[in-house]
Amino acid sequence: MWNRIKPSARNLRWWQVGMLLGFFLFWHVMTVPGLVPHFLFAKENDAAFFLGEPLKIFSRIWQWFAIKRDIYPHLWITLVETVLAFAIGTAAGLFTGMWLALSPIAAAILDPYIKAFNSMPRIILAPIFAVWFGLGVASKVALGFTLVFFIVFFNVYQGVKEVSPTVLANARMLGAGQRQLLRHVYLPSAMSWVFSSLHTSVGLAFVGAVVGEYLGSSSGVGYLILQAEGSFDINTVMAGILVLTAFALVLDFAVSVLEKRLMKWQPRSGETERL
Amino acid sequence: MTPALSLTDIACTFLSRENRAQRYTAVADVTLAVAPGEFVSVVGPTGCGKSTLLNVAAGLLEPSRGLVAVFGEPLSGINRRAGYMFQSEALMPWRTALGNVTAGLEFRGVPIASARAQADDWLRRVGLGGFGDRYPHQLSGGMRKRTSLAQTLVLDPDIILMDEPFSALDIQTRQLMENEVLELWAAKKKAVLFITHDLDEAIAMSDRVVVLSAGPASHPIGEFPIDLPRPRDVAEVRVTPRFIEIHKAIWDVLREEVLKGYEQQKRAA
Repeated sequence: MWNRIKPSARNLRWWQVGMLLGFFLFWHVMTVPGLVPHFLFAKENDAAFFLGEPLKIFSRIWQWFAIKRDIYPHLWITLVETVLAFAIGTAAGLFTGMWLALSPIAAAILDPYIKAFNSMPRIILAPIFAVWFGLGVASKVALGFTLVFFIVFFNVYQGVKEVSPTVLANARMLGAGQRQLLRHVYLPSAMSWVFSSLHTSVGLAFVGAVVGEYLGSSSGVGYLILQAEGSFDINTVMAGILVLTAFALVLDFAVSVLEKRLMKWQPRSGETERL
Repeated sequence: MTPALSLTDIACTFLSRENRAQRYTAVADVTLAVAPGEFVSVVGPTGCGKSTLLNVAAGLLEPSRGLVAVFGEPLSGINRRAGYMFQSEALMPWRTALGNVTAGLEFRGVPIASARAQADDWLRRVGLGGFGDRYPHQLSGGMRKRTSLAQTLVLDPDIILMDEPFSALDIQTRQLMENEVLELWAAKKKAVLFITHDLDEAIAMSDRVVVLSAGPASHPIGEFPIDLPRPRDVAEVRVTPRFIEIHKAIWDVLREEVLKGYEQQKRAA
């Protein structure tokens, strides 16, 4: 019996699902008023008040997606903000990274500013962006952009710097001009570094969007959470968090798919086939 | 006849990046010419500046002093008439074998269909017919070298520069590749400047062997014409009496330099 359920590569998924179910079960048992004697909180309803109840949370999510169907515009807004911040931040990071890596003087001049901007806690810019760009999509994109930009920038910078000198010399000997070097050597080399950072940067774009919404907006999932929190509706807050988590997983998966398609030239360990 | 490649009084001095006062002269007073269709090898102890010399000939490195001429024309910038086979991995890892071979043609503006046809042909010639769609990491070391060879030769360069191209290969693959290179060279008769630290390889392949002294400021200290009959098989030619005779003559000159180079490295360490 134990041999069959012992954790192994085959029943990995079952264990993962099982842990999730166990977690929710534990949550349920500990929070539903009257199910077990309360020993951590002063009153019977306190656990449910502070932590929420899984069943109510799921019914909330069910309402959002299936009954009232009112979460879609909010999800859409959050998605648009995330994707825009991600795309603009990546493009700008790519461009700036290439530029500074290839012109050392510009890099030397800008070096202290880049360091300063990077070490600044950029979340505090959110209120300023709200003043500059209003409470709509633009201010969230701006916040996400500042987060994504530096990640991509540093990776591209490193990627261009670490182009193998032999590959570069070889391309030059094969007759590549400056623009062809950029297109056929520097860019592909930098892209492998960009892709290794995409998981981080898509996550940060998402953080920028949600935090921006949370600090001031009229739509988006962050706004839903903010509203629910204002009325101490902890179940809705938790539901929002769960939806955001699932959403982030989907985004991450999309990046993985993209990475697999574009980076197939990269060596992966264990590519042998068992016959 | 104008030499395909001539180096006159070449010297290369490198400045240390941290301390401008520290300098290292890799090569000095090097005069060397390669006639069209001639196969010249340069041998020398490790660290004697052989690769520096090749980079100068390729136009990748500007010499501190001296003149490089390609078919009589002074060289400035990259040597467009030369193909270069590097010692280390030089293939673009993001391109397939075929993509790597077409790269040079693409850079020169050859239409893609014709570039692919030529590259296919060359891949077949180096024995990689069915491997065009593999990425470099999916190829073995020997196959990568063959791809590099095809990549260099597809451009039909008049001068071929080779920097210990087979040093990373095992002895069997190496002899196979050496024979292949000789065959391809015999068919086209390009000027070849071949750098190696392996004297056997140098003698077996070349028309002429140039011996460099130990660094710093290494310079040619001997030139030996190799009068072994062609076509040669690099494995068989090694056991002929004439080969052994030539080998002994060159080794007498080279041995002292190798020891000197070794002493210097030991002292530096």
